[in-house]
Amino acid sequence: MQTTSPSNVGAPAWWYDRTARALALQAALLFAVVAASVFFFSNVQTNMAARGLTLGFGFLDRAAGIPIGESLIPYTPSNSYARALLAGLLNTLRVAVFGCLLVTLLGVFLGVLRLSENPLLSGLVGAYIEIVRNTPVVLQLVFWLVVFQQLPSVREALNPLPGVYLSQRGLKIPVLEWNDAAAYALVGLALGIAAAVWTMRRARAHQMQTGEYRRVWPICLGYLVLLPLAAAQLTGDRLVLSVPELQGFNFAGGAELSPEFAALLTGLVIYTAAFVAEIVRSGIQSVGKGQWEASRALGLSNGRIMRLVILPQALRVIVPPLTSQYLNLTKNSSLAIVIGYQDLFSVSNTSINQTGQAIEVIFIMMTVYLVLSLLTAAGMNVYNTRVALKER
Amino acid sequence: MKFATIFAASAAAFFVFAPAAVLAGPALDAIKQRGTLRCGVQGPGNPGFGVPDTQGRWSGFNVDICRAVAISIFNDPSKVEFVPVTTQSRFPALASGEVDMLSNNTTWTLTRDTNVNRFNFPAIVFYDGQAMMVPRRLNVTSARGLNGATVCVQPGTTTELNLADYFRQHNMTFRPVVVADLDELRRTYDAGRCDVYTNDFAALAAQRTLLTNPRDHVILPERVSKEPLGPAIRQGDEELSNLVAWTVFALIDAEEMGITSANVDQIAASSTNPVVRRLLGAEGNMGESIGAANALYARTIIKTVGNYGEIFERHIGTNTPLGLERGQNNVWTKGGLLYAPPAR
Repeated sequence: MQTTSPSNVGAPAWWYDRTARALALQAALLFAVVAASVFFFSNVQTNMAARGLTLGFGFLDRAAGIPIGESLIPYTPSNSYARALLAGLLNTLRVAVFGCLLVTLLGVFLGVLRLSENPLLSGLVGAYIEIVRNTPVVLQLVFWLVVFQQLPSVREALNPLPGVYLSQRGLKIPVLEWNDAAAYALVGLALGIAAAVWTMRRARAHQMQTGEYRRVWPICLGYLVLLPLAAAQLTGDRLVLSVPELQGFNFAGGAELSPEFAALLTGLVIYTAAFVAEIVRSGIQSVGKGQWEASRALGLSNGRIMRLVILPQALRVIVPPLTSQYLNLTKNSSLAIVIGYQDLFSVSNTSINQTGQAIEVIFIMMTVYLVLSLLTAAGMNVYNTRVALKER
Repeated sequence: MKFATIFAASAAAFFVFAPAAVLAGPALDAIKQRGTLRCGVQGPGNPGFGVPDTQGRWSGFNVDICRAVAISIFNDPSKVEFVPVTTQSRFPALASGEVDMLSNNTTWTLTRDTNVNRFNFPAIVFYDGQAMMVPRRLNVTSARGLNGATVCVQPGTTTELNLADYFRQHNMTFRPVVVADLDELRRTYDAGRCDVYTNDFAALAAQRTLLTNPRDHVILPERVSKEPLGPAIRQGDEELSNLVAWTVFALIDAEEMGITSANVDQIAASSTNPVVRRLLGAEGNMGESIGAANALYARTIIKTVGNYGEIFERHIGTNTPLGLERGQNNVWTKGGLLYAPPAR
């Protein structure tokens, strides 16, 4: 028989205390992170000093000299690096925003079709999903670029509609020239949208109250068309249509959709939509069968069951993984460099090459992508809390 | 006590057996210690200037420059490791020490030589100028007629900057199509996406050989810029800089003196010309002065890769698919710009 020595009795050692242990672990982790950061930072400083390089963001004000093919803001090579990077960022945003919109539409559509009882339809969509998900996205981007470059040359451009030209240099369409009349029309359009939304809301409230359905879409359409036209009349200017015209080497005037942008957007949307379709399918299948049966018992049509009963409930399963796909699409847009679309990544790379300021530019680039991703995630989280299951 | 003895002994041994290493700068020391020269060449390949064959063995004008430098350092042309770099990755690769030297048609410019990347351009091996290539059917005869054209260009190059300058200077507009990968850029031009493909003249000639129908494309006469191309190293190693420079000068001198891979042994044995004898190591201590592996470095280089003219004709001259004339890239005695300082 053993005797216990007095020292073993009394309060247990601190690491048996859950809170203390957790705090200690947290502190150790924090220390490790800080130590690693300090090490990497001083490592960078030492090595750069050894090579006589200095860190600094002064280069951002210098004239960039690099040409950028398409830009949402006016840009010439004599502008600064800061503006070049901004032009690149806007190009990235353009792909990300249109990409996320299109991918949602296409993904939901395909996800619903995947569950179709028609074996041909669901089989086709299934084959599409498996093929697209299991080939590298870079390969798909190059594929789409090559496809778009097989279009006729600019001198033999297709002319499917008056003023619309399709060639291997892209799609050219007529647009309104930017003047006072166009600005007023834009304001008119905003008013039209507001009026249409208000009308639809009222009609819906009326339906909720009385059950009577009012057909308001012709009125809404009227607002959307007539208000901008009326607003444009308020100035001395007139609305002028800029029509593309072949001048010398290229089309002048009108708006352009470049093959690089089109290839990037098409490639990313088709690739990501396959994943979204699977997410939507799983979301729909997660809704209990009883919901379908109950809705049918109420006499709803299949389309309305899907729209009014199933999809709203499926959303809470769909939204979190959908957010990941939005982020994937945004980040994958940096593959644009492969096909020559000048997004943020491409412009940053070129800036690094011309300035030698690799660390600074990569820091800017990482920050921007991080902020984009966090903003997307934050927005989707807000939406998610709205569609999430609310227990009452 | 014992440790100190061993330390002293090994230090003594080091000084006795490796005197060259003690004299050399940090980069040259590192190369010698590693046993290979890491040479950055254009990847995946630039016909005539540097391409790997089916066995992965590199050959080309720039590649032979690397081999010549390797002979100077190690007396062995095989002690080179070729590292393919793109126009985008070349400077980080050199600055970080991933490669010891770039031999990939890099233009010597003020900013590259000084503050930005702190590189050094010991010598010029090729005098080039930026040019524009257009499809013959466009019937363009001068670069001045390219207003509004779509131009294919590689990013991160002086080419890209010169292009913008040239169009601005002549009040013309252009629409760039910027593709980083050289193969992809060529394919894009070949598909008709651009009216113009701009690059250094020699590089254009090289790329033209790879187009579907090389004869359907013409290179316009204008030279938009001066592009002196040469090997680049990091600043801070004068010894390596000297060694690279005098390796290139040996190639140029040899051509000027009529020394070729075929007659170098015979000339070394029979020549009474002191200039020739110094170059070939028969007298003087040129090899030691430049930090070469031995006094016969120039003789070995000429025997292995030939003189400048031989290298030129073998890879990019008139009898190759590139078909380049010597032009400015001839020795000064034949009307070119190649002029080596005297080896004495």
